[in-house]
Amino acid sequence: MLDTLLLSRIQFAANISFHILFPTITIALGWVLLYFRIRYNRSGDDRWMEAYGFWVKIFALSFAMGVVSGITMSFQFGTNWPGFMEIVGNIAGPLLAYEIMTAFFLEAVFLGIMLFGFSRVPRWLHTGATFLVAFGTTMSTFWIIVLNSWMHTPQGFEMIDGVAHATDWSAIIFNPSMPYRFFHMMLASFLTVSFLIAGVSAFRYLIGGRTRGVRVALRTSVFMAALLIPVQIFVGDLHGLNTKEYQPAKVAAMEGVWETQNGAPLLLFALPDEEARENNFEIGIPKLASLILTHDWNGEVKGLNEFVAEDGTALHPRVAPVFWSFRVMVGTGVLMLLVSWAAVVLMMRKRADGQGRRGVDGLPKLFLFGLVGMTFSGWLATLAGWYTTEIGRQPWLVQGVMTTKEAVADVPPTMVLSSLIAYLTVYAILLGAYIGVIFYLARRASRGQSIEPRVPQSEDAQVRAVPAE
Amino acid sequence: MYTFGDPAEWLPFVFAGLMGLSILVYVVLDGFDLGVGVLFPLANEDEKDAMIASIGPFWDANETWLVLAVGLLLVAFPTAHGEILTALYGPVVIMLIGLILRGVAFEFRVKAPAAYKRLWNNAFFVGSLMTSLSQGFMLGMYVMGLDYTWGHVAFGVLTAVFLTVGYSFIGATWMIHKNSDVLQAKAISWARGGIWGLILGIAAVSLATPFVSDRIFDKWFSFPQMLYLLPLPILSGALILWLWGMLRQMPFKNDRLNWLPFVAATLLFTLAYGGMAYSFYPYVVPEKITIYEAASAPESLFIILVGTLFVLPAIVGYTLLSYWIFRGKARELRYD
Repeated sequence: MLDTLLLSRIQFAANISFHILFPTITIALGWVLLYFRIRYNRSGDDRWMEAYGFWVKIFALSFAMGVVSGITMSFQFGTNWPGFMEIVGNIAGPLLAYEIMTAFFLEAVFLGIMLFGFSRVPRWLHTGATFLVAFGTTMSTFWIIVLNSWMHTPQGFEMIDGVAHATDWSAIIFNPSMPYRFFHMMLASFLTVSFLIAGVSAFRYLIGGRTRGVRVALRTSVFMAALLIPVQIFVGDLHGLNTKEYQPAKVAAMEGVWETQNGAPLLLFALPDEEARENNFEIGIPKLASLILTHDWNGEVKGLNEFVAEDGTALHPRVAPVFWSFRVMVGTGVLMLLVSWAAVVLMMRKRADGQGRRGVDGLPKLFLFGLVGMTFSGWLATLAGWYTTEIGRQPWLVQGVMTTKEAVADVPPTMVLSSLIAYLTVYAILLGAYIGVIFYLARRASRGQSIEPRVPQSEDAQVRAVPAE
Repeated sequence: MYTFGDPAEWLPFVFAGLMGLSILVYVVLDGFDLGVGVLFPLANEDEKDAMIASIGPFWDANETWLVLAVGLLLVAFPTAHGEILTALYGPVVIMLIGLILRGVAFEFRVKAPAAYKRLWNNAFFVGSLMTSLSQGFMLGMYVMGLDYTWGHVAFGVLTAVFLTVGYSFIGATWMIHKNSDVLQAKAISWARGGIWGLILGIAAVSLATPFVSDRIFDKWFSFPQMLYLLPLPILSGALILWLWGMLRQMPFKNDRLNWLPFVAATLLFTLAYGGMAYSFYPYVVPEKITIYEAASAPESLFIILVGTLFVLPAIVGYTLLSYWIFRGKARELRYD
């Protein structure tokens, strides 16, 4: 039965899933744009500006999508989850306030200058605006990750009359999972952007838009992906070890381990059965999970059965969603590794005449199609990763402090259902329009048509209403 | 013991002030760009582009003041935040969907294939209208104490219409400043038409508020407060007359002082808002929860305040920089 709690959870998941798609792009794309801008400033080579000119438009579009879906998030706390702020508002509040004050205004104001100020402000100010926008998105990431991490690994507070009060702000901000989560997210954003740029550039290349700007963007993105994916796998592993220490129930669900065991296998496939509390159709590699998690072939991995209350209620998340989203994330990551390294190898091959490397011309057509197919692979991995960690925290909203159930608003389920349907409809349309417009702009640019906004109106062309005397 | 007195006393007051200020800044700034959206269908296709050009570089930062206002409500008065927003669940959802539609329409209308431009123009208008109407409705319901009766809802519908007209009015005065020629002339006539709604709206809220609660009535109509408060309605009346006269004579010679109506409208909004703030203080949920009861723990408010003192001047500074860079008549919005 769809009750208010479940509907509110679905709505929150829908809102935040839709929202996170766009910051995931803008966080790193801002820095990539700054890189293009600086390369142009230094070399005066037009290809960097061509790349900047195309991607700044995608940035503007993504940014607008992120802003409006983010506003929705800030209201969700009050409309659907008032209990959250009532219990932990003293901690969540200042963190959110710092995000708004140090990030949102910075981004919003300098975005205007970055987008429309190119010919109005000196070069240093335009470059500076690009930097401040990128910096702002990163600050925003920082504060929101601090709050999110605190919800997973809370510390630096005391409970007085059922309300959390801060006792140590540096303990709250630098809580145990924050550094892992922050770098994991930043890298996720850079990888998402790498594959977005690679996919769209490959698309442009395939349909004949082989300009120098497209080549340089494709090359930059492929190298960026190849360089960062191993780092991401390393950071992800550290994050996993951190989770094992602080949220063992989540790790047990990720690995699909019901009974505590030494030398746990790494399950490649399984259908967890919540009722029978066991897995069906297990396929696994013996002892590998223990090796990854404990760095010891026979290390102990805690099982889900350790997290059951006396009365039989599960104090661990539902297993299947966590188990599977974790596998989707890791699988996508492995694919990213293979594809980006293969791309580098193909591009580094010597040309037939022995003069230099083949570069992007060395990428076979089929491979380019593959890159186009992976345009949004970063979204898939990021969402799957977030589902792993957030569903993995259930039934807690703030680990060990309050459950999700305690926070939900007393709103009639029909009301939540109506708003949920409205949001889902709008999101579906916007997502379609967003992806459509990206490829539309790519096609236009490849045909050499101007992709400047078609806004025919200029002060110079106008005659004043009142003639001068 | 305390250098500045008891922080549990003055911190909620300071935060109520900060929140009130952000709401006011939001109403004026996003008010004008929402108003431009509401006026959209009255303009032809070319004029629509010029209208967008007059708000393009600003709207995003303008909207951020709403996030700050709600953020402050959330962080400084968490119980009130839950109480108010669950009571206003429906209109909030409509507002958010409106904000989504209009926010993305800025981008899509110039980036999507030409055939869809009309569609996104409509989305921009509908989104702006949904946002203005639902904010007006929320204002009305708030004045009536967040209590759903037929009479209150009817009042909410009334304030929805008036606030929308009010936003269109301040939007028109912004366009008088930012646009020229035929479009400026149009904006002047829109402002002339809209001023009626503004007068009626301010009158409706001013008259209704004292009669909703005896407490508010006493605040306004007992001696000697009444004398101190007298300048408020008198100044408002004078401003309206001044605006009225100005709009009759516009456009001014050589387009000088074309920013005056916007400034006058801003002052008028500020006075009306100040009157409301006076009525409701010290309540944050009308007649139910005071700011002192709803406030977060002092130690949390203090750490936000410290940040605010450093950050707010910077925000004001670079906001002014942006308005300075994009000063004068709106020019074509180009990325190069």
